[in-house]
Amino acid sequence: MSAIFKHELHNYFHSLTAYVFGAFLLAFVGIGAMYYNIQYSISNFEYVLSFGSLVFVVIVPILTMRVIAEEKKQKTDQLLYSLPITTVQVILGKYLALLVLYLIPLAIISIYPLIFAQFGQVYLPTAYGSIFAFFVLGAALIAVGTFLSSLTDNQGLAAGVGIAVILLNYYSVSLSEYATATALGSVIALLVIYVLLGLVIRYVTGNSSLAYWIAFALAAATVALFVADSAAFEGLLPNVMNQLSLFERFNTFVNGIFDVSAIVYYLTVIAFFLFLSVQSLEKRRYH
Amino acid sequence: MITVEHLTKCYGDFLAVDDLSFEIDEGHVYGFLGPNGAGKSTTMNIMTGCLSATGGHVRVDGYDVFETPKEAKRRIGYLPEQPPLYLSETPEEYLRFVGQAKGLKGQALEEQIAGVMEQTRIREVRRRPISALSKGYRQRVGIAQALLGDPRVIILDEPTVGLDPIQIIEIRELIRQLGQHHTVILSSHILSEVQAICDKILIINRGKLIAFDTPEGLEKRLLAPSQITLTADGPEETVRSILGEVPHITGLEVTGAGGERTAVRLKTDLEDIYDLSRQIFFAFAGRQVALLELALKKTDLEDIFLELTEQTAGESQENGEEENP
Repeated sequence: MSAIFKHELHNYFHSLTAYVFGAFLLAFVGIGAMYYNIQYSISNFEYVLSFGSLVFVVIVPILTMRVIAEEKKQKTDQLLYSLPITTVQVILGKYLALLVLYLIPLAIISIYPLIFAQFGQVYLPTAYGSIFAFFVLGAALIAVGTFLSSLTDNQGLAAGVGIAVILLNYYSVSLSEYATATALGSVIALLVIYVLLGLVIRYVTGNSSLAYWIAFALAAATVALFVADSAAFEGLLPNVMNQLSLFERFNTFVNGIFDVSAIVYYLTVIAFFLFLSVQSLEKRRYH
Repeated sequence: MITVEHLTKCYGDFLAVDDLSFEIDEGHVYGFLGPNGAGKSTTMNIMTGCLSATGGHVRVDGYDVFETPKEAKRRIGYLPEQPPLYLSETPEEYLRFVGQAKGLKGQALEEQIAGVMEQTRIREVRRRPISALSKGYRQRVGIAQALLGDPRVIILDEPTVGLDPIQIIEIRELIRQLGQHHTVILSSHILSEVQAICDKILIINRGKLIAFDTPEGLEKRLLAPSQITLTADGPEETVRSILGEVPHITGLEVTGAGGERTAVRLKTDLEDIYDLSRQIFFAFAGRQVALLELALKKTDLEDIFLELTEQTAGESQENGEEENP
């Protein structure tokens, strides 16, 4: 695992990726800090991070697009398969390298609240709590990006889908206001989600009947529940959209609450998408 | 060293490897021969753990590739058909990564890197990016990668494909040297190549092993049920009636008739082909028909290969499909 980790880090620093990623993050947070903290003299650094979180839409896909897609394209994944290391080690090594890359600009950012504290009252626990949450939020998005990169051998496609997914996630709370709140609408949306879930399962496991049965069982259960108690589905769709939003949970930290359940949520997302990445990579061996 | 038992691999409905079993001993150069799409790459990918099998086992030095992949893979160095190189790196950086991934550290790592660079003669390009190297050098870097960790078996998938004649000779020479210290398995669809470097040849077609022998053994084996061509000074009916009296002729084909002379190709199942030619000679002599030409055709590997692959093609009626990587 350490070999993969070192190799990846070495690669990032020998290409532009690391610098572009760091520069973007620092520039965006810098603009936010100038705007909120300096121009408007607001002492809350967490607002800057809330503003800065939008930059993830662009920089996370740029960072993660090549991580596995490029290996597939150059056929170097053959080497990884034949080396005496496991797929889990490959994914973890790559993911940890991405995290380190992300931590470097973040370490610079963590100095800002201390600097501002020299010139006024900064409530440091909220600032650093938010920086920590900012890190975990980014880590979760990087895990999502890693998975998307494992689905294709085309970097551009991985980046494009990544931007779309993160953007959709960013605006999912705003969009949820426009989503139908009726019970029937929610059921229909759930059925669509099951179909998509089934497709993902089929793609990742290559097992069609498993995918069909899972989707079918979920759909049957939902319809049965709807018939029994349709009121339970009132407002479910907007609720689900709210729940799926990674960014919404981050705002809790910005508001000054250190929400442990949100951290657990992010960690679950990370574990889930890394697991899917491993499966996606393993799938090529089992096609 | 390597045991392959009842290996089967399906891609959907297509059977790429069909109940393949063979055993490979230590310290020889083995050649995997077969037409394109015969299942060579698939078999090699399974042997190195890059691909799962639908059924069967592969054991390397007693370790199952699927159950104990780490132990098995440590004993194998693999160069896939397309060398898996990171083009932006230099050979030195690339080899360092592969060495570390194979569990080498510190002094041992540096020594091994220097050793394999020496062996594959890539020292002079070690600081140049791989993207700037010629195909021959890239192939060498690929082989150097396979050699790291001093594996007992080295598996090379079509190592000379796409190289120019001089590079081919150099790579063959390198493989021959490797054969002195390692078990080498290489695949090829070029007969002369396999004949030139390998001690033993496995011919596979449509996923089945159809021959496993030394080059000489294969030739000898297929010389026995061989062909005799003759031209006799007489009309076709006479020649047919004379040959009808000779036992052990399994096939008779008139290749040229007309006027006074008749040319015939014979097949036989007799072990001793000279004995048959003696009988033919006396049969014609007894009827006072002159034999103008009598030739025993010594089959070369090319014929064996064609014959073997055609045989299996005739047996199964499937359409030939391209091999999946």
